[in-house]
Amino acid sequence: MPARRVRRLAAVVAFAALAAGCAPRTTVILLPEPDGKKTAVSVTDSRGEVVLDQPYAAVERGAFQTRPYTATPEEVQAKFGAALAAQPRREEKFTLHFAEGKGELDDESRAMLDRIFAEIAARPVPDVLVIGHTDRTGTDPVNDALARQRADTVRNELLKRGIAPANVQASGRGSREPLVPTAAGVAEPRNRRVEIIVR
Amino acid sequence: MAAPAATFGVLDMIRSIARFVPAAMLLAAASLASAADIGQIKTSKGDVSIERGGATLPGTVGTRLEAADVLRTGPDGSAGVTMSDNSLLSIGPNSVLALDAYRFDTTTHQGQFDATLSKGSLAVVSGKIAKQSPDAMKVRTPASVLGVRGTEFVVEVGG
Repeated sequence: MPARRVRRLAAVVAFAALAAGCAPRTTVILLPEPDGKKTAVSVTDSRGEVVLDQPYAAVERGAFQTRPYTATPEEVQAKFGAALAAQPRREEKFTLHFAEGKGELDDESRAMLDRIFAEIAARPVPDVLVIGHTDRTGTDPVNDALARQRADTVRNELLKRGIAPANVQASGRGSREPLVPTAAGVAEPRNRRVEIIVR
Repeated sequence: MAAPAATFGVLDMIRSIARFVPAAMLLAAASLASAADIGQIKTSKGDVSIERGGATLPGTVGTRLEAADVLRTGPDGSAGVTMSDNSLLSIGPNSVLALDAYRFDTTTHQGQFDATLSKGSLAVVSGKIAKQSPDAMKVRTPASVLGVRGTEFVVEVGG
């Protein structure tokens, strides 16, 4: 190969590397949701904004252009197989209700206990969240404190039984997440509940 | 508001749990908690490290994360993180992911999450911060800013 041609080729390669180095190629692909609900990601750069709102909608930002396209499951697997394989196990949520006017779990909640144990055991580093909820009687400050207080009580009990403090978090959501929507001021036993989330 | 009696029902249930869960399993996962904890490494393969305040720590399973931590993987590495708002972030080989800023209110679900992927591959399942406030979660790359509106997506830089 003549020396001049080699030099020119080297110059072209160097320029391409420089251009790419300024802004490494970025690819973004929206994945389908397990439950099919509608979602979106906006991708903004110096050339404008692209909104990805369909499964496998994708955009590739190169050194010279921003190119929207539709990706394939094969491309996702080829480029992101390792990252997706490293994805942590998703949370499992258990909602426990109580027999009205009594301090006892109802039968369904009792049967759920085995599944909670299995879920904890399946995780190398389990986090357990205990979240207290109230119904919509009372004010926010009172309900927030009550929900939190109940969650704290449960957490303390877990600690007494040997679960590592770092692995159990207690929080209260007050009346913000009623299971059964009601007007403010309505006493609704089904909204007085404790969620246990294992993740 | 709720009948105070409900609390005792939960305690009964906890006692039942405690009877069945092997103590060794619970103790094995023990680690130091701090108020600054924002997430935890749940999966780790190959070469994974964390840069924190100038120090380099091994990115082993169970490691608690703090804001401003930077995760790095080697050519054979991959890692998965669960944030306190339930966001899941996982990176493939040769990746650098910075957890720039993070705050999350467990009562109101208000918060902010800024992360930067400067190279490599990242898979995201957004959590409660993005669900509560669209665009409160942002993922940056050297050339782009991603606004997350409650979703699952993947990002690659370079490659």
